[in-house]
Amino acid sequence: MIRDITIGQYYPADSVIHRLDPRTKLAGTLIFIVSIFLFHTIPGYAVATVFLAAAIKISKVPVKFIFKGLKAIFFILLITMVFNMLLTPGEVLWSFGILKITKEGISMAVRMAIRLIYLVIGSSLMTLTTTPNQLTDGLEKSLRPLNKIHVPVHEIAMMMSIALRFIPILLEETDKIMKAQIARGADFESGNLIQKVKSMVPLLVPLFISAFRRANDLAMAMEARCYHGGEHRTQMKPLQYKKRDRLAYLVLLVYLAAAAGFRIAGI
Amino acid sequence: MSIELKNVTYTYSPGTAYEIHALKNINLTIPDGQFIGMIGHTGSGKSTLIQHFNALIRPTSGNVLYNGEDVWAENYNRKNLRSQVGLVFQYPEHQLFESDVLSDVCFGPVNQGLSREEAEEEAKKALIQVGFKEKNFRKSPFELSGGQKKRVAIAGVLAMNPKILILDEPTAGLDPKGRDEILDQIAELHSARGITIVLVSHSMEDVAKYVERLIVVNKGEIPFDSTPKEVFSHYKELETMGLAAPQITYIMHALKEKGLKVESGVTTIPEAREEILKALREAGSPLLKGGQEK
Repeated sequence: MIRDITIGQYYPADSVIHRLDPRTKLAGTLIFIVSIFLFHTIPGYAVATVFLAAAIKISKVPVKFIFKGLKAIFFILLITMVFNMLLTPGEVLWSFGILKITKEGISMAVRMAIRLIYLVIGSSLMTLTTTPNQLTDGLEKSLRPLNKIHVPVHEIAMMMSIALRFIPILLEETDKIMKAQIARGADFESGNLIQKVKSMVPLLVPLFISAFRRANDLAMAMEARCYHGGEHRTQMKPLQYKKRDRLAYLVLLVYLAAAAGFRIAGI
Repeated sequence: MSIELKNVTYTYSPGTAYEIHALKNINLTIPDGQFIGMIGHTGSGKSTLIQHFNALIRPTSGNVLYNGEDVWAENYNRKNLRSQVGLVFQYPEHQLFESDVLSDVCFGPVNQGLSREEAEEEAKKALIQVGFKEKNFRKSPFELSGGQKKRVAIAGVLAMNPKILILDEPTAGLDPKGRDEILDQIAELHSARGITIVLVSHSMEDVAKYVERLIVVNKGEIPFDSTPKEVFSHYKELETMGLAAPQITYIMHALKEKGLKVESGVTTIPEAREEILKALREAGSPLLKGGQEK
């Protein structure tokens, strides 16, 4: 039951996008997000759609997986659309009491919906094609300049990768404890809110204990292998830009320029 | 009273890149009163299999019947099933959560609908049955040793008075003394209360010593299901599955190869002792002169 939850789940495949340097993918995602806020007309969105569709096609990730992430934002999407529709002033198309739908509201709602959907699809494409470890490596290297102003970049990256690593472990643990308590007659589904919250105690107490135990063990294991933070630490596979990364940056720059051009030209 | 699995197949994450066929077309009957052992390599599907016995997971296809009734039928009371088929998970000490031992063991019986007093009654009985000392009843489960925690967790399931008790490696992480004590108490439950026991184990010696029927699970299938003696006679095949026969069986095979006329299918040490003495006596071995004969 709990296995079905996917949080930034990596989809293994052999594609150019998978092989790109994580920094390239991070930059690409950032540029894509910027672009969907630059575009604000139908031709603009068409360009973004083509760009996204091409990236999905090249990535070899089944479309089904990419849309899975959208389920999570369904309600946010709905609420955003309704509020935009009702609260944007402009030419009134339909009104009921204080509620009124305006022409501008509808166009704003559609725009917001497109932006939200593309935002989620764009970022899930990155997490689907990049392993969590690569992602944190990429982040660490991209943010390294911040070390100069005493931001503990390495420590933050290490915490992130450990946190990501622990998500599936804790999910599995939750599943196991839940089953063990169900086997002892626990009921996690029925009852009112208070009963439901109470029924979580037999699940949460063992889960917390196990999380602390694991954290403790991990810290010990890291120290046993002489871990002492990021200073002078080398990597087994240091990130290196390849030809395909330069090519990807070129494509991204052209795309960003197009987005900016569209905005300036007002298309 | 029996559990019956018919053509049970189970697939993890079907339709994704992570699809795993954990069980393939399993047919199995667990009749009343048996002491059953289950062995299999890590990842062979044992844990998935036993979770079908009390309807914790639903088979991808096939049926699970308890006393002839399909446990996944529309109106079947699975909560009731779970109080009759008790399942003790691997590392059960990780499921403890109450502030004292007695309350934790009461969790099951209270969920069954017993009053606090009745539940405590059952809990005390169960705790004593697993050899837990009464003076520790009010201690926090978290200040106990590993073996004691394990006992408490087993008692937590036992207090629900199950008809069938399934234990997933109850002795993992215990010292030899704790292991023998827990296994002896499980055997005692079987003989005294007539509970059907399914014991999942990685120790060939343990299953050879206790169980009357041995099920081997390998890659989601059941290649062997028979008496321990019969199963361990296939030790060559077992080895290809990452399993083995008990050490003593290997010794007996070696002795037979060296010319001693012993029955090589022996699986426990007392049996082996008898066999070796008998063979030596028949051979009129001078080895015996110094010891027994004198």
